[in-house]
Parts: sequence; C-alpha cells; structure tokens
Amino acid sequence: MEIVRSQRRNGSDGSGSAASLPLYKTAPSLEFRLDEFGQYAIDRLRVLKAISDGLSRGKKPEEMDNLVGELWRANMKHQDADETLRKDIISHFVLRLVYCREEEMRRWFLSMETALFRYRFRLQNAEAQKSIMNELQLQYNVLGNAEYETIKDKLTEAARSVYFTSNPESVFYKVPFEDVPELVANRRVFILKGFAFVPRSQVVSLVCTIFRSNISKALALTNRKWRTMIQDQEKDRLAPMVEALGNIYLGPDYSKPQDCAEISLKDINQLASTSFPLCMRHLFGKLREDHHLKHQGRMQLGLFLKGVGLKLEDALAFWKAEFSQKVGAERFDKEYAYSIRHNYGKEGKRTDYTPYSCQKIIMSTPSTGDHHGCPYRHFSEENLRAALNKMGVGRRAMDDIMDKVRNRHYQLACTLTFEATHGTSCETGINHPNQYFVESRKIFQSKVNLPLVKFSQQFCLA
Amino acid sequence: MTKEDTRDDPMQIDSNLPQQHQFNRAPSASLLTDYLRIYYGKFFPYTDMYKWLAYGNDGKHPGCDSSYFGRREFSFTIKSDRDEVYLRFQSFFNVSEMETSIKAKCPTKIDIGAVYTVDPAKRHAYAQSGFNPVERELIFDIDISDYDDVRYCCSGADTCLNCWPLMTIAIKIIDTTLREDFGFNHILWVYSGRRGVHCWVCDSRARRLSKEQRSAIADYFHVYKGGENSLKKVTFSGPLHPFLARAYTDVLKHEFEKWISTQKLFEHEERFHKILQLIPDESVVSELAEKWQGNSIRWEHLKHMLQSGSKKTQGLRRCIEEIVFSYTYPRLDIQVTKGMNHLLKAPFCVHPGTGRVCIPIDPKKCEEFDPTSVPTVAQLIEELNTNASIGADNYVGKTSLAVSVNLFRTCFLEPLIRTCKDELESAYNSKIKQTKDSLSW
Repeated sequence: MEIVRSQRRNGSDGSGSAASLPLYKTAPSLEFRLDEFGQYAIDRLRVLKAISDGLSRGKKPEEMDNLVGELWRANMKHQDADETLRKDIISHFVLRLVYCREEEMRRWFLSMETALFRYRFRLQNAEAQKSIMNELQLQYNVLGNAEYETIKDKLTEAARSVYFTSNPESVFYKVPFEDVPELVANRRVFILKGFAFVPRSQVVSLVCTIFRSNISKALALTNRKWRTMIQDQEKDRLAPMVEALGNIYLGPDYSKPQDCAEISLKDINQLASTSFPLCMRHLFGKLREDHHLKHQGRMQLGLFLKGVGLKLEDALAFWKAEFSQKVGAERFDKEYAYSIRHNYGKEGKRTDYTPYSCQKIIMSTPSTGDHHGCPYRHFSEENLRAALNKMGVGRRAMDDIMDKVRNRHYQLACTLTFEATHGTSCETGINHPNQYFVESRKIFQSKVNLPLVKFSQQFCLA
Repeated sequence: MTKEDTRDDPMQIDSNLPQQHQFNRAPSASLLTDYLRIYYGKFFPYTDMYKWLAYGNDGKHPGCDSSYFGRREFSFTIKSDRDEVYLRFQSFFNVSEMETSIKAKCPTKIDIGAVYTVDPAKRHAYAQSGFNPVERELIFDIDISDYDDVRYCCSGADTCLNCWPLMTIAIKIIDTTLREDFGFNHILWVYSGRRGVHCWVCDSRARRLSKEQRSAIADYFHVYKGGENSLKKVTFSGPLHPFLARAYTDVLKHEFEKWISTQKLFEHEERFHKILQLIPDESVVSELAEKWQGNSIRWEHLKHMLQSGSKKTQGLRRCIEEIVFSYTYPRLDIQVTKGMNHLLKAPFCVHPGTGRVCIPIDPKKCEEFDPTSVPTVAQLIEELNTNASIGADNYVGKTSLAVSVNLFRTCFLEPLIRTCKDELESAYNSKIKQTKDSLSW
C-alpha cells in the first residue's frame, strides 16, 4: 500500500479552482492511499444517491438545498477546509472512473453531479459565484444600457410572468439561447433573435449547463482511456475496486436480525400478508401453492426469512413442510436441506450469506418458471395491479405506483405501496426487502400500544 | 370509382372523375405505383431537393465537404399489394444516385433523416459509438386530428376550409416565434398531404442543436398539456410570458372569435358547456348557464363576467386566455421536435391516401392556402397529357406543380444557399488565415 503525503498546496492541485467549489477540470496531481480511493468514493456516493432519491421523490428546490447541505456536512466535510477540498476532488475523480464505463451509469452520474453542483453553487455567496463564472470563461456580455432600454418592458413582462411581481433586476447577461435550455424550456427568460436575457439571479442555470457539458465530455474521454489503456494495467489493483464500487449497496445488510425480531412459524402467514414486500409475498405465495421454488427463488426468499429472524431449525421445518408435499421428505433431506444450512453459514466455507438488497433483486432476470426478481419490474401491468389490489392498495395510490413503474423507479413504487398499505409515509424509501419488513413491524408494534380510538384512525387509508 | 379503367393506359385519365381527381379511397398499390412512376419520372424536383440538402456542399467551393450529402439518411416506404417494406439508412453520394434510386424503387413515401458521422449505408463498418447523428433540421409536425375535441365540422383524417384555419394559426405563431424569438431565418413549411403541416428549420444553427436544446425549444412551445384525463389543458397562473402575450394579441384573440362563429360554439349546448367546464368557479358557471337560456351574445357576456373583477377568485384571472388557448393554440407533437433521429416525410412526396402532393406553404401568405385545391398526382398527369398534346415545350414547367417548385426556390432555397455559401466562404477563409498565422514566426 502506498503511503504518500499529499503534495497539494493552494491552487497547485490542477483542478483549477480558487473557491471551495471545484470544477474538476483536470485530474489532480495528487497522491493518495488506496483505502482513501474506496472510502472517499463511498462517502461521495452516499451523497449522490441521496440526491437521486430526493429528486425522484419530487422534493422542492428549497428542500433540496437543505438536504444537500446536510449530506455534505455529514459525509464529506472535514475540519480542515483543505482536507475537505482534497476529499471532494479525489472522490469525484474516482467516481468518474467508476461511472464512466456504461451509458446508463454515465447518465446517472452526470445528472447527480450536476445536481450536486447546482445546489452547492446556490449556497455560495455572490463573490464566489462570480469567480466561478470567471473560471468558466463565460463569454457572456452584460447587457449594455442602450440595448437594455429597447427591451426593458419585455424584460419586465417576462419577469412578471415568472415571479408575479414587477421587481425588475437591472443586471442582465445576453446569452445565446442554446446555453440556457432549462430557462428556455420553462419560459423563464425573455428571448429575442436567438439571445436569452438572463438576470443575474438566474445565472445558476447557465453555469450548470456548462458544468454539465464539461463533465459529459470528460466522462466520454475517461471511458475511452479506461477501456483502451488503464483497465488492463490496473486489473489487479484498481479494476476490482472500480467494479465493486459500481455495484455497491449502501445500507444495513440485515444479515443479523435484531434479537427482538425473531419470528416463529405460526406467525409466518400473518406476517407475510401484513409485512412482506411484494417480491417476498409473491415467492411465499407461490411456495405455498406449488410446494416448490426454483433455486434463485429459494435463495431470495430463504435469505430474506433469515434476515427476518427465522431460525435455522424453523427454516428447515418450514421448507420441509412445503417441499415434502411435492418431492417427499427424503428427497428434501437429501437435496435441499444442505443448501438451507449453507445459507445460514453452517456448511461449506461457512459464509453467512446476506439477504439480497433491492438493487440486487432488481438486477436479476427471472425466466419461465421463476418467481424471483422484482415484481415491479417484471410483472405485466395487469398482474401488478391485481397483486397490489390483493394487498389492499387503493385506486389513487395504484395510479401513482404505476406511474413510477412506467418510469422504471421500482423502489419508489415499492415505497408507495408500503405507504399505501401502512397509512404512513416512508421518508427514507425502500432499499431492502428486510428494511420493508422491519419498518412494517415497527408500525404494527406501535399500533398495538395505542388506545383503540387512534388505532382505527390509523387504518384510514386513502 | 372508375380507376380500374385506367389500368391499361396509365396516361389516360377518365374524364368522368371529379374535378380534384382526389382519391376517394386509397388506390391499389399497383395503380399508385403507375402514378408514381410518372411522377418520379417527370415531376419530382431532384436537383432542388439536392441543392437544399447539400447546404452548399455541392463540390464547387474548395471549402466544401463533399461527403456531406452522402452522410444523410433517407428512408423509403415501398408498398406492394401484400405488404409494406420499409428501407432505412438509404444514402446517395450525389443527385444522380438519388434520382436513379428513387426512379427504380418508386417509393410511396420518402423520409428524410439526419446527417450522420459516416455514410449510413456503411454504418456496420464502424463501432456503434462511431455512428451518430451530427446535424438535423429542427422540425415540427402538426396534425389537425389532434384538435378533434374542438372542431365540429370534421374529425380524424378529414379537413375542410372551416377547420383548416387551425393550421394557419399554428403556422403564424410558430413561424413568427422561430424568427423573432429564436432568430432563425430559413424555415420551410410543407403541407403534409392530408391533414397537417410540417416545418423544417434549416439554419446551420438549428441543424447543430443538441437533443437537449431541441427539447428546450419544444417545451417553450408546449402550452397545451395534459392527457386524456385532465379537463383543463391550459393553465396560466399569472401574467403571460411575452411570447404568449404576443401570440394572444396578434393571432389567437381574433382567431378564436372567428372560430366561435364557424364552429357555432355558443349555439349548441354541449359545445358551450365544454367552454363552461374550463371555468373554475361554480357560481360563475351557474349564473352564466342560467342567463343563457335564451341569450345569444354569450361570448361577450362570458368575457364581461370574467373580466369585471366582481369575482375575485384566483383561478379566474386568466380564464379567458385559458379558454382561447385551449381551443386555438398550436398543438405540436412534442416528440418529433425533441429527437434527432425522427424521420420526417420529404416535401414533394405524394400522399398515398389522397393523391395530393406535399407542397410548400408560404408562411407570409398562409391564410390563402387551400388544402382542398392542392394538386393531386392524377391531376398533374392529366395536365402533362394536355400540355404534351398541344405541343407545349416545357411540359412540367406549365403544370400546377411549377408554382410550388417556384415558391420553394424563391422563398426558401435561394436565400438558404446564399447564406450557406457565405458561411462556407467565411469558415474557409478563417481556416486559411489560421494556417497562415500558425506558419508565421
């Protein structure tokens, strides 16, 4: 492992920034340790994922401002401002490497980094913003007085249509409309003969567009370099880390169920109908119906049940009870018991397997005869509606859920299902089937403790 | 119908056909092919189309890119009686290749796609990442069937002089905005052959727009929103953006008044009820409904009620504009404008359902355009026969199509080519200058 002191002094990092908000123009000539490579990336990724979540849930700009501020403080900030900047730059470039490798990943990374930049930029003061604009060499001319006079009323009219007040700003930038697509798209700016007249307050949009385009080009370049040169050179060092970082799930792994969360077999049917997420309900139902599940289904459901608190002996009894109806008790003992024990870490190399996260489940591909995978992804609309109906999801919630599904936000769909069936909101969003279960149990436990009146109110679903 | 009689001699048209020679039902594929063979043989303006799409890169100037035309995708739709074949990624090195191919294949429809990084026909020789669109006109597609909920004279694929003004409105607003707001100059409007219009913005600045920028322009125009379920498709929460205010004052306000009378909006209960549904204030609606039992000056009355300010409800501030926009504002197919790989029908094609030629429309005179008198392929062929029989020397030049080809040249092609040549010249000169500068020491 290389341990080298950072040689960075103010400005010599090559990232081209004076302010505390770097533009990541060029890879820094820093040296850092391999463990920093991974850890810094993970911390930044936490921030980006939370931003992604916040945006898909439709948080307003002010809420996002707060969210980003908090996330940054929690994950990236260091006592020493220089250290924060160093981590900022390193983590960005590492993630660039991780996320440059595929189209979908590039798009996601680009959107999240731009969003992060946008909210951080908004939080900067006017001085800092000005210096960033200078760095970006914004060729935009401040609107001259003469021209201003000729279009003054239109500028006021446009400002009124956006802000509903007539407090016209006096400083405008004359910018080719191509450079502010967001403002044009939302009709938030006056345009004339191909130029947009952007008030200083709207400069954020301008800056973000440029930032985005720079990072986009950089990503394409990094991808090419990675593929043609670096990937091979680094196949023993960085490549495995890059691969792992690309697949990461950030959250509790639910491999050790909480002590108070042990469940017994007699409760399992009840628990399945109230607290299992749809993917597990489906597997559970199919198991009861067919008295069989194929391998991936057994893995997905089996590990989930382990995470939920089903002890090994109970698990063996449970699966045996079902499978022996199809294949007989002897065959069960011979062919299936071993793998259940294996899941609990009692066989082979004794790895205690962790229950699958949503990300992993969504990425799996069930084929004929399989019932694993994420139903929000794989069920037809008709089947999904029927399944959700059985769970008790109301019509309005159903439409919202279908909308999320159509836009491929499967976890959000599951979150909405949770909210619809439990009558509360789930701020954190569902990332893991066991998380769904745990949250669900929390709600039901708390309801047990409430006086009867409130209990019935809680069950008033939309 | 007597089309069958013409099978033996495609040149002779039955004189019992109605004036317009319009296809009252789509002709058989073989008959259509016969018409098209003649049309592509004598009428289709190959050189004009080539000059347009070459954008000055016709090999005469040292600064030309001679590969440019060859990198454009065309697609042909070829109909036989049994099926329809769709040939994408057709490309041609020059005008004679294009002409030969069209004459040989006789496509029922020709679409124009984007200009790619390499010749589309050779795309397989390159890695997937090496084949991308680099230039594409900014395009708009407006279809009158998107207005079926507000027109009562026709529906679906039909159109008449009563409802065609909706297209005129669309042309006026979009054309003005493209020129005034976005600064574009080289804009071609084309009749789509049956029920709509297409717009091609050909400035080099437009051709080089990214997907995101096209999206932004499309969204700028996107005012009429909402799917099947929402009743109210246009909502203005405050004062109008200058673009919308201009559209309203210059065009929509008085067009809506005309529309009221041609569509008799206030004379039929279910028609004016639709308008009442757009008013978000129950008390206003019921008061109007009551007073209208016998009254006929309804629009004025409605406006008065909403503007009088006696009802201070929030939602009423812009209600009049919302009603006017809901009925008359252009309804674009947003997806067509947003993408770079959307194929659009070429001008001067023949519409297989109507026989009409997709001719250009002069936006400055769009009010005079009459879709019901657009020449059909059958009519053109008859004119050709007549000219031939009287010994005229320029057969095609004396048919109805000549007017359209002329319009294409004078209003669109010639100014465009001038600009392209200027741009090529200055780009070339600055490159020369750069080389000279870099050589000096």
